[in-house]
Amino acid sequence: MSSPRVLVLRAPGTNCDKETAFAFEQAGGTPRTAHIRELLGNPSLLAEHQVLCIPGGFSYGDDIASGRILGNQLREQLTNALQEFRASDKLVLGICNGFQVLMKTGLLDIDDAEGPQATLAWNDSGRYEARWVNLNVEPGNCVFLQGIEDIVLPVAHAEGKFVVRDQQTLDSLAGAGRLVLRYTDSAADSETLSLEPQVDYPANPNGASADIAGICDTTGRVLGLMPHPERFLFAHQHPNWTSKGLSGAGAGAKLFDNAVAYFK
Amino acid sequence: MLWEIDVLPLKANLDRPAQRLVQEAMEYGLADQFAAASGRAFLLSGDHLADADALRVADQLLTDHVVEQAVVAPVGDARLATAPAWLAGEVRVVHVLPKPGVMDPVALSAQSAIADLGIEPPLVRTCHKYWLAGLDDQQVATLSSRLLANDAIEQVIVGPLSLDHLDVGRPYEFELQTVALDQLDDDGLMQLSRQGQLYLQLAEMQTIQKYFRDLGRAPTDIELETLAQTWSEHCSHKTLAGRIKYTGPDGERQFDNMLKETIFAATQTLRKQWGDDDWCVSVFADNAGVVTFDDENHVAFKVETHNHPSALEPYGGANTGLGGVIRDILGTGLGAEPVCSTDVFCFAPPDTPADSLPPGVLHPRRVMKGVVSGVRDYGNRMGIPTVNGAVYFDRRYLGNPLVYCGNVGVIPHDKAFGAPQPGDFIVAIGGRTGRDGIHGATFSSAELTHESEELSGGAVQIGNAIEEKMVQDVLLAARDRGLYTSVTDCGAGGFSSAVGEMGEKIGAEVWLERAPLKYEGLSYTEIWISEAQERMVVSVPEGNWSELESLCASEGVEATVIGKFEPTGRLVLKYHGQTVCDLAMSVLHDGRPPVIREANYTPPAATPFELPERTSYNDDLLKVLGSLNVASKEWIIRQYDHEVKAGSVVKPLVGRASDGPSDAAVVRPVLTNQRAIVISCGMNPHYGDFDTYHMAASAIDEAIRNCVAVGADPQRIAILDNFCWGDCEKAETLGSLVRAAMACHDLSLELGTPFISGKDSLNNEFSYFDADGRKQTIAIPPSLLISAMGQMDDCSQAVTMDLKATGNPIYLVGVTKNELGGSHFTLVNELTGGQVPTVDAAAARETFTSMHTAIKSGAVLACHDLCEGGLAVAAAEMAFAGGLGMQLSLDAIELAEGGVAAKLFSESNTRFLVEVDASKAAEFESAMANVPYVQIGTTVSDTRLSIAADGTNFVDADIDELKSAWKSPLAW
Repeated sequence: MSSPRVLVLRAPGTNCDKETAFAFEQAGGTPRTAHIRELLGNPSLLAEHQVLCIPGGFSYGDDIASGRILGNQLREQLTNALQEFRASDKLVLGICNGFQVLMKTGLLDIDDAEGPQATLAWNDSGRYEARWVNLNVEPGNCVFLQGIEDIVLPVAHAEGKFVVRDQQTLDSLAGAGRLVLRYTDSAADSETLSLEPQVDYPANPNGASADIAGICDTTGRVLGLMPHPERFLFAHQHPNWTSKGLSGAGAGAKLFDNAVAYFK
Repeated sequence: MLWEIDVLPLKANLDRPAQRLVQEAMEYGLADQFAAASGRAFLLSGDHLADADALRVADQLLTDHVVEQAVVAPVGDARLATAPAWLAGEVRVVHVLPKPGVMDPVALSAQSAIADLGIEPPLVRTCHKYWLAGLDDQQVATLSSRLLANDAIEQVIVGPLSLDHLDVGRPYEFELQTVALDQLDDDGLMQLSRQGQLYLQLAEMQTIQKYFRDLGRAPTDIELETLAQTWSEHCSHKTLAGRIKYTGPDGERQFDNMLKETIFAATQTLRKQWGDDDWCVSVFADNAGVVTFDDENHVAFKVETHNHPSALEPYGGANTGLGGVIRDILGTGLGAEPVCSTDVFCFAPPDTPADSLPPGVLHPRRVMKGVVSGVRDYGNRMGIPTVNGAVYFDRRYLGNPLVYCGNVGVIPHDKAFGAPQPGDFIVAIGGRTGRDGIHGATFSSAELTHESEELSGGAVQIGNAIEEKMVQDVLLAARDRGLYTSVTDCGAGGFSSAVGEMGEKIGAEVWLERAPLKYEGLSYTEIWISEAQERMVVSVPEGNWSELESLCASEGVEATVIGKFEPTGRLVLKYHGQTVCDLAMSVLHDGRPPVIREANYTPPAATPFELPERTSYNDDLLKVLGSLNVASKEWIIRQYDHEVKAGSVVKPLVGRASDGPSDAAVVRPVLTNQRAIVISCGMNPHYGDFDTYHMAASAIDEAIRNCVAVGADPQRIAILDNFCWGDCEKAETLGSLVRAAMACHDLSLELGTPFISGKDSLNNEFSYFDADGRKQTIAIPPSLLISAMGQMDDCSQAVTMDLKATGNPIYLVGVTKNELGGSHFTLVNELTGGQVPTVDAAAARETFTSMHTAIKSGAVLACHDLCEGGLAVAAAEMAFAGGLGMQLSLDAIELAEGGVAAKLFSESNTRFLVEVDASKAAEFESAMANVPYVQIGTTVSDTRLSIAADGTNFVDADIDELKSAWKSPLAW
C-alpha cells in the first residue's frame, strides 16, 4: 500500500481540519475531510480508510462539555464500526478537541464497569490558554510516537486537565505503558507517579494528574493528545526560531510521518 | 413536566467558578468572609419526557462522572435547593437565567444532543446556580447585580425556582401599521423621530414627510424604519461623508464629502500614480478593502467597532463585535476566508475605585474581563487566530469603552467581485431571526417570572460562534461551486440593510413570512429590522437553488428563499401576500438630504514645559514599563488562540521565554507559500490632546514602522482608519476629526501607503447626573486607530525584537527630537505640556525603505520600534525579551535640547533600535546610507541594561527587575 487514506472527521465547530489534513498530505498520506453527518449517513466510509483523525476545534461549541456531543454521537451510533476499524490494524488520532472526543468514545480503553476512569477537565487556571510546552515522550508501542524522545509543541485549550479517578488507575495506565506524553520542564523529571502534578504551571499548563498530556489505548494504535503537532510542521512555527536559527521542517511532522510509514 | 438537572462539582476544590466569585467579590470590595458553591442547571420541558429519560440525559450527556455529580428532580423539589454539604451556615440559592429571547447556544446544543440519544427533545434552557453562605439579602442582591448577572441579558431569581413550564413566544396577528405624518409640524416630526427611535434629523423627517405627501398616502411603520436604517449614521456615514465647513490652524476648507476629499482622494491619487502596478483591488466599496497577494489570492482587511454594545454588556458586545467583522470578511467579494484577527481596546484604568463610578457604569475591570472573554470565545471557537492587538487606558473611557475588532481574509482572484442579477433568489443562510437586535422592542411572552419582561435592546446580544463557523463552511463551499452571484452579511440593520444594499441597482421583493424565526410572535417589521447574529444573504440564480439548499442541509445549516431581485427599481416587502412596503430604491439610497456641519479646530496653546534633571532614570524607566499602556498584555494574549490554522511565523509574544512584545504578527495565509502578511496597529489618544493632526500622523507612522520592524515591504502596506470620536454635532469635536482626516490624506500620499477601508463611530460620550443632580458628560479623547496589513515575500526573513547574541552592535535609526508632549514619561511624572511628536514624511519613507533593505540583507538580528517610553523602553524590552544585557551610550545621539531625559524618553516617530550581526555591520551601514543612524552600544553577556551619558550611567538595572516591572501590572 503506498499512500494510506486518512479520514479527517469534522463536525460543527471543528476548526483544525484543514491544517491537519495538510499535515497528513505532507507526510505522504491521502486525506479526505468528511462531515460527521456524512459519516453517520454512510458508516462504510470508515472501512475505506486506514487512519481516522479527529482534529482540534470546538465541536458543537464544547457546549455541555468539551467533545461531549460529538463523542456521544460516535459512541451511540458508530461503536461497532469504530471498534472494527481499530481491530483491523488501523490507526486513530485525536488532537486536542479530538482527544476530548476520543475520551468519550471507548476507543481509548479508559472505561471500566463503574464508568470512565479518567476525564479531561477544566484547566486549573480556569481559562483557555495558548502556549508552547516541553513534552517527555515514552512511546512504548504507540505507533505515532516511535522514534521521538522529547518534543516541544503548542497547547491551546481550556479543558485539558487530565484527571484520573484514583491512584490504582494511574498505576495501571503507567504499568501498561500508556502514559506516552507528559509535560516536563527543563529541570529533572520526577520519577514519582502521583495524582498531583509534579511539574509546576506553566510547564504543566493545566494541572493534569501526573503531568499527562496524551495517552494511547492498549494496542498503541489509538493516540489522544492535548498538544497540537499539526501546528509544528515548519521550523518557523517554533516560538524561538529566529534566535535558534531554525529552518526546514518542524518536529510535529514526525507524528504524521509515523502514521503514514506504518502502512508502507 | 418541567425537569431540572443540576450538574455540580464532586468536591469543593473542583468548584472554580465559586472560587473565582469569592476572589472577585473581594477584589471589587463587594463582600468578604463568605463561602460559595456553584453549579450548572438545565431546565427541560417536554410533554413526553419520562423520569428515565431525564435520568439518562443527566447520566449520559450532562455529567462528567469523574469530576461531577448530578441532581435530577422536577422543578420545585427540595433536593434542588439543597446546598452542597461543604457550605455551612445560612445559605441562599441564586439562579441566573438568560432572559427570554437571548441567545443560549448551550441550550440549543443540548436539545439536539438529547435527540441524538433517541429521546424526543424537550425545550431546554440553561441556568447558572450559586449557593452563597454568610451574606445577607442586601449583599446577595449587590453581588447578583455586580458580579453574577448582567441585567441587560440575564435575570436573577433568589430562592428556589417555582415555575411549571418554559414559554418561548406567542403567535403574531397581522395588522398593517401606518404612521400619520402629514399633519405633523416640526416639533411633531422630531418627537416621532425620537420616540420611534428613528434618530433622524429634522431635514430628513421633512424630506420623508414630503415624499409621502406627494404620494398621497401615509407611510407604513416598516417604510419609516427602512428609511431610518438606510439613512442612519451607522449605515450611511452621513456626517463624515457630508458637507463640512472647516476652519483650523491650516486655514478654511469647504468639503462636499469630507472623507472622499481627504482619505479616499489620497488612495485614488496613489492608484493613478501606480498605473499598471496598482496593487489595490477594491477600496472603500465593499465590506472590506482588498489588495493583491499572490498569483492566486488577494487579501481583504477590515476593522469595525462595537463600542456601545460593549459598554452595556462587555462579553456580548465584544463577542458579536468580532463575529460581525468576520461576517464582513465573509461578505467581501464573493466571500473571503478569514485567516486572522486583530483586536484593540480602550478602557478606563482597572484600578478605578468602585465607589467613584458614576451610576450605570460597569467597573472597568469587569468591562475589560468581559470584553477579553467575548473576543476570546468567538475567535477561538471560529478557529481564527487573534494575532495582534493593543490596549489603551484613559479615565475618559469610563462610561464608553472602545472595542475595535478586525479580520483579514484571503480571496481567490476570480472571487473578488460579485453582483446580484435580476431574477436571482434572495436567500438567507444561517441563524434564525429573533427579537435580538431590535431597539426598544419588548418581548411579552409568559416567561419564568410570569411577568412580561423587557427584552434586551438591539445593543445587547450574545453571539453563537459555532453557528457562524457552520455558515462559513457552507458559504465558502458554495462560493467555490459558483452557486451564488453575490453575498453580504446581515449586520446592523438586518435584512433591511443587506437586501437594501444588494438590490440598490435592481429592485427587490421580499416575502417576510418566509424568514425562519427563533420563536413565534415577530411582526413583519421586527423580522425586517432584527439584527439577529450569524446570518448572511446571498443572491442565487434559480437554477442553483436546489444544489445550494442540499449543500446547506448536508451540514445542518438553514437556507431559505425569502424573496427575489426584481428589476423594478423598487423595494417591495410583503407579508403573506399583503404589501407592507413599496419604496423606490432611489429614495432610499439617494433621497437623503445632505448633512451640513461646521467644524472648527484650535490646537490647545503650548504650555511651559520643563524636564526634570536626575542623576538616575531607573525609577522613571520602571514606572513607564509598569504603566498600563506599556505593560505586558500576556494575560490577554494567552487566552487567544494565536496559532490555529498553522500559519504563525511571528507570534504576538516573542523572545527566549516567549514573553517579549512583538511589534507585529507575521502569518502565512497559504501554507504552501512562503509569502506572508504582517499585521500591526498604531494609536495614541494622548497625542490628540495636543494636536489631532500629529496624533493621526504618529499613529500612521507607528503602524507602518511596526510592520517594517518585523520585515514587511513598505511598498506593500495597506492601512485602515477607525475614527472613534465624541459628539460630532459639536463643531470643535468635528473639527478635531477633520484635522486628523487631513493628516491621513497627507501621510498616505507622502508615504505611498493607501487607505483601503475605514469606519467611524461618533457620539462616544457618556452622560450621567452627579450627586448634586447636575448633568455631567465624559467625552472620549479623539481615538484614531490605524491598522496596517503589510506583506513580505519570504517569511523566513522575518525579524523579532529580542536580542540574539552578545557582542553585536546596537544602532539607533532615525532622528531623536525633544518631543515629550503626551509621552509616557510625562504621564507617569504627571507633567503637562511639551512638543507632541511630529512626522517628517519624506524622511520616514526613506527610513522605512532603508530598514527593509537592511532586513532583507540578513544583517538585522533584532529590531524594535520606538514608541511609548522611547529609547529606554525599547532597549529594556529588547534586553529582557532576549535575556541579554546591553551597554549603551547616549553621547552620539544629536539633540540640541532636552538633555538625557529627552534622549531616553522622547517619543519621536520613525525610529528603530536594531541589533546587527557584528560580521555584517558594513552591510547594515551601507543600507542606511541615506538615513540618519548612529551606533549607540553593544549587547553584553551580563544581564544588565546600562545607558550612559558622558561616562555616567543614567540607567543601570538588571533585566529581570525591568521585566518584572513590565509584567506584573496586568498579570491577573
